[in-house]
Amino acid sequence: MSTFLTEETQVTDAAVSTRLSSLDTLESEAIHIIREVVAEFEKPALLFSGGKDSVVMLHLATKAFWPGKVPFPVLHVDTGHNFPEVIDFRDRTVERLGLKLVVGSVQEFIDSGELAERADGTRNPLQTVPLLDAIQRNKFDAVFGGGRRDEDKARAKERILSLRDEFGQWDPRNQRPELWNLYNGRHTVGQHVRAFPISNWTELDIWRYIERENIELPGLYYAHEREVFARDGMWRAVGEVSQPLPHEEVITKTVRYRTVGDMSCTGAVESDAYTVSDVVVEVAASTLTERGATRADDRISEAAMEDRKKDGYF
Amino acid sequence: MSTDTLAADLETALPTTLFRFATAGSVDDGKSTLVGRLLHDSKAILADTLDAVARTSADRGFGGEKGGIDLALLTDGLRAEREQGITIDVAYRYFATDRRSFILADCPGHVQYTKNTVTGASTADAVVVLIDARKGVLEQTRRHLSVLQLLRVAHVIVAVNKIDLVEFSESVFREIEADVQQVGRELGLGSDGISDLLVIPVSALDGDNVVDRSERTPWYTGPALLEVLETLPAADELESHLESFRFPVQLVIRPQGALAPDAVAAGLDVEAYRDYRAYAGQITEGSVKVGDQVSVLTPGQDPRTTTVAGIDFAGSSLEEAAAPQSVALRLADEFDVARGDTIAAAGTVREASADLYAALCWLSPKPLREGAKVLVKHGTRTVQAVVRNVSGKLDLSTFKLEGASSLELNDIGHAQLRLAAALPLENYLHHRRTGAFLVIDPLDGNTLAAGLVKDHPGDHEDERYSI
Repeated sequence: MSTFLTEETQVTDAAVSTRLSSLDTLESEAIHIIREVVAEFEKPALLFSGGKDSVVMLHLATKAFWPGKVPFPVLHVDTGHNFPEVIDFRDRTVERLGLKLVVGSVQEFIDSGELAERADGTRNPLQTVPLLDAIQRNKFDAVFGGGRRDEDKARAKERILSLRDEFGQWDPRNQRPELWNLYNGRHTVGQHVRAFPISNWTELDIWRYIERENIELPGLYYAHEREVFARDGMWRAVGEVSQPLPHEEVITKTVRYRTVGDMSCTGAVESDAYTVSDVVVEVAASTLTERGATRADDRISEAAMEDRKKDGYF
Repeated sequence: MSTDTLAADLETALPTTLFRFATAGSVDDGKSTLVGRLLHDSKAILADTLDAVARTSADRGFGGEKGGIDLALLTDGLRAEREQGITIDVAYRYFATDRRSFILADCPGHVQYTKNTVTGASTADAVVVLIDARKGVLEQTRRHLSVLQLLRVAHVIVAVNKIDLVEFSESVFREIEADVQQVGRELGLGSDGISDLLVIPVSALDGDNVVDRSERTPWYTGPALLEVLETLPAADELESHLESFRFPVQLVIRPQGALAPDAVAAGLDVEAYRDYRAYAGQITEGSVKVGDQVSVLTPGQDPRTTTVAGIDFAGSSLEEAAAPQSVALRLADEFDVARGDTIAAAGTVREASADLYAALCWLSPKPLREGAKVLVKHGTRTVQAVVRNVSGKLDLSTFKLEGASSLELNDIGHAQLRLAAALPLENYLHHRRTGAFLVIDPLDGNTLAAGLVKDHPGDHEDERYSI
């Protein structure tokens, strides 16, 4: 009833030796998408937070254009609640690759009264307004993000090239079908496109790739000692913007971060993964999703990401 | 599993390969449950997600007093979908076994099945079509199978689901299997040397023959669904050895003075790279070696032949490369080569043509009319085009072409287009990449149709593929 068990088996045996690994296939796909966007858009930029996914994106961009420079600037939406070592990492990376850095500042919008601090102190959801402002002011027509479809069910339904209207909004019911490897990036004045070249990568793929390519990350992704207190079932770091309440006891623990975002909403996990290979093993054995484990903003409701995306978030 | 044994496993494991598949089915055939079962039994679902699903299952009283987890909830959609009672096209899901990483395009079946199936199948190595064992082959099954044949999906797997509800009856299964094979023969699916057609009895609800072979179907001696997915050759494995080299140029890498500072810091010879010039792209078909004779195809010009001087990738020089690798090619002669040109194995490409005969899968609510001005995106080139005529519309249940002068959403029809520039078009039947194109609306930029290049009338196209 089937031919694959008979004649075609020989073709397969011959092909197996040259078959690309899943990481090589994902890398090739991402580089193809990055090059398509650079070729078809006037002014792309890459959203760079110093988080592992954006670091992998930048690494892929360096490979896509080697031996030339990465031909677009990086954009950081600074919540003002950053981990200092991440900002240091960001600046060193930009310097090393000779890139232009554009910063959109949440603090400036709060200072000018255009944004109000939230009651829970979390600034991640406040990034949307400075992000859209930076996109418009700089006339970026394509913005690369490190979003992955395995992160969340709203992301699972988003296209690799995601068209946004002049308010940056995502309309899940009105998405273009994405066929073969032919990407349609056409847009009208005022619209822009968010491009997600690593849509098909999982968290474990990211870590295996970081290990294979020997990519440097901010140190807080690896186990270190830190003063923390327990809140919302997570370990929160003690810092300028993240202070324990009187009943919250401060203790020193060996922790690492699985995601790196706003210091006011990102939690650490207890871990003794000191090296990248330790982390690969830890992630492979993990029983919690990365956002469920470490992001207060995604716990607000089941549809938190969906709501933020419709408002123009990544 | 302890992390020590896991570390040892990771050390010794061979690199996994990637396999893309899609699911298609009719309403209520249990597709969400099957997808949930695959994700659950392959341990792709983490504890916090499973807890949430278990809570919702209990809230909704799933399984009555016995309780249980409603696996369909694992693929529950967005709030926008629940609120409006709709399903928004394709969702992508990920899981892995020791042998393979899987990308699953979960395509809803009921509304806009053509649009969703075409989208999911265009990148799939295999498609799993669900049939309810109590209902057998429905008209929608025929439609799904005919779309998959048209898109030349390498492996079609028909899962006869809810086999538990027909008491694991062999005769029911054999009857459905015979019907499926009959439809396959009518379509040329599974007997044409391009695709294969497998039929498996499953119960997604209980897990029979999904991940492990079931003891409740002793009369079925074939593999479980996941075993099949783990062992089928991916389309690139089958094709890159059989097809000739094709490489649409994405852009020219010519840094002149602007070399990457990190590469220079790592010891790149600045003098040697001053005049570096390479053509970046992804190999869409076949493979290439240094020294191979290639033709550069530029619209409006005769093919120019040269040899491959080098294959570069991010600082490494490769001796050979194959689809789907992204690389940069250096050529022996200094031709003027630009985005939109195609580099191909010399002597394997027929003449470029501005007359395009095609099957169009119409994906837009805006209908196609004769005389319409559109854009055609083929490889890395986008050209203007006019629709000369629509010559017919396919009846997917009878596989016959009916007369039609326009195409509506979810129609598949034949049309002739005149292009503003001649393109190196190839029959989709033999070239799943260079035979594919998009039809784009020049006004709002939306994708209107998936296009499949056909031979010109009078060329000897195989009659079996006449749809």
